[in-house]
Amino acid sequence: MNIFRRCAVTALAIAMVSLLAACGSSSKGGAGSGSGPITIGASLSLSGDFSADGQAFERGYELWVHDQNAKGGLLGHKIRLEVLSDASSPAQVVSNYERLIGSDHVALVFGPFSTLLTLPSARVAARYGYAFVEGAGGGPAVFGTGLHNVFDVSVPIKDNLVTFAQWVASMPAAQRPKTAAYATTNDPFTQPQIPVAQHILQAAGVKTLSSTVFPSEVTDFTPIASKLASADADIVVLGSVDVPTVSSFVHAFIQQHYNPKIFIATAGPDQGAAFVKAVGAGNENGIFVPNGWYPGFQKADSLQMVKEYIARYGGSASDINADVAEAYSVGQVLAQAVEATHSFDQSKIISYLHSGVTLNSVQGPVKFDALGENTAQKTLTFQWQNGALVQTLPTNTPGSKPPLYPKPNWVG
Amino acid sequence: MSVTDLLHAIVDGILTGGVYALMAAGLTLIFGVMDIINIAQGIMVVLGAYLSYALSTHLGIGLLPGLLITVPAMFLLGVAIEFGFMRRLREVDRTGMSILITFAVAILIEGVLSAVFGVDYVQLHASYVDRSVRVLGFYLPYIYLIGFGLAVALLVALYAVLYRTKFGRAIRASLQNRTAADLIGVNVNRTRTISVGIGVAVTAIGGMVFGATSAFNPNSGYDLISRLLAIVILGGLGSIGGAMAAAILMLVINDVVAVWWSPTWAPLVYFAVLVVVLSVRPQGLFGRTAVRAQ
Repeated sequence: MNIFRRCAVTALAIAMVSLLAACGSSSKGGAGSGSGPITIGASLSLSGDFSADGQAFERGYELWVHDQNAKGGLLGHKIRLEVLSDASSPAQVVSNYERLIGSDHVALVFGPFSTLLTLPSARVAARYGYAFVEGAGGGPAVFGTGLHNVFDVSVPIKDNLVTFAQWVASMPAAQRPKTAAYATTNDPFTQPQIPVAQHILQAAGVKTLSSTVFPSEVTDFTPIASKLASADADIVVLGSVDVPTVSSFVHAFIQQHYNPKIFIATAGPDQGAAFVKAVGAGNENGIFVPNGWYPGFQKADSLQMVKEYIARYGGSASDINADVAEAYSVGQVLAQAVEATHSFDQSKIISYLHSGVTLNSVQGPVKFDALGENTAQKTLTFQWQNGALVQTLPTNTPGSKPPLYPKPNWVG
Repeated sequence: MSVTDLLHAIVDGILTGGVYALMAAGLTLIFGVMDIINIAQGIMVVLGAYLSYALSTHLGIGLLPGLLITVPAMFLLGVAIEFGFMRRLREVDRTGMSILITFAVAILIEGVLSAVFGVDYVQLHASYVDRSVRVLGFYLPYIYLIGFGLAVALLVALYAVLYRTKFGRAIRASLQNRTAADLIGVNVNRTRTISVGIGVAVTAIGGMVFGATSAFNPNSGYDLISRLLAIVILGGLGSIGGAMAAAILMLVINDVVAVWWSPTWAPLVYFAVLVVVLSVRPQGLFGRTAVRAQ
């Protein structure tokens, strides 16, 4: 009898401990019951190579949480944001999402910064059946994996340079640049963009003088920039992921007395005042960057977000990094899915996002195809003109200003 | 690749090598005297750049005059780090433990820089940074010429200190045998403290040139440290001249391979050269044995 009693007591104790553990974990972050707060988890690069972008993303997420909570939260639950730092490391980002989903049982997750980190983290989310809405993982590598749970609210990056290349191709032959040089870092964000643009430009008769891929660990860009300068091409297409890369090329070009007629970089010039500070005021003039959003975007919720950003973090509109809008859009899209399905059920959210519905974001409309790419937006191309980043391409799109061509000379 | 491109790559490599030598000089000096591998060297370069940035943007002090403030400030920091962290390390496992300790110092400095300056990239600007002079058909940027000149001047100055002063003899005595140096009246602790101070102080110069040639933020030190370690290992740990030679060799190889073949293969070729050299001369080009023999 004693043995049976001991067994029963032990079994009861185990059951109680399990129950308590289950209660503890669900109360930590899951949707839970009643009107208690829910937790949304994200891993962001608060240090390391992507720290500037990661911190801008954090501001975007924070801003959205603040706004959503002011509107009552999600389904009556106030929102708490749990951000873990991944130090820009693909290994750490996996650990972070394992912890957020597997251990902390957060109700929802937001994506990290960059294609490089989105790819491994989306796999973790897929394993747990979580919807993975993100704003900066638009590389083909993410969508080529067959994951059903990943949704990128931004413009797919593989076509980022198409608008620009088509504009060059459409120029009258007499005005059209004759030669181009390409250099790109070996990053899944930049590399897929270059061949697409190169193909269009070559078809338009723009001869390729130089095409270089360089590793992301490069700290000295002098030989690559010198090679481009000595090629003396009319167009420079730079596949960059950050400000230092573009800044190094700009300074090397100035030192080599080389001023291409057109200079476009895939990322870096979109980082507002930080970019201008790095290249030196005036040197940004005429540089293009493809993107889906800029601070002057004439859309009511975008303008409201810009206003709130300035009120919360200070500075001016031109200081705002495009990453902020990408992050804010992630929150907006996920919120619309939760509200439409009246639940935090991941499978319902995933089905809804795949349903072909058109959603709204500060960057414009969002509609996902079967791969999770946003098909509702077209890439815009922006150009720095007299201290402001302005929309220039496509030229017939409302809000576009005429591009500066050829690029004004460096101010040195 | 044309001959002009090849020559251009060699010239670029030599000039950029001077900049890297400036950044690596402190690392090799500290190892030479203390047997400490200073993982914080990269972040100290960045700190030097931020000090120059703060002086130029907030007080309007130019980059070169600013060195009169940043070099002594970094000297004091080096003294504090030696006193606060390095001196506490036991002799037996000093080199191994120093990696952990200096990594902690790096994280500490990075955190402070992030809190003070934020993580947005900045770059140092001066009228001469983007200017260049045309020599034999090549544009040579003034900032790289200045960096190279400073590296040579620093090399000469450190050589003079090490081999022409009583303090230099004390450093070399401490380097060769701490106990024997103690016995002949050398204050080894003070010598080491000042040596680390000098090692960190010269990093201020490297930081200024680095900040003028690259955009940086508090995380930029990580990209530098592997290169700097590779330079001082090839040059020979503890050899200032070796650091200069290795930096130039590394950057010339890097730039020539980047232009002639592909930037992707440039680091591989350099590290292959490093492996070959170390298999023949484990102490590096001008390693400790050679230095002591001088």
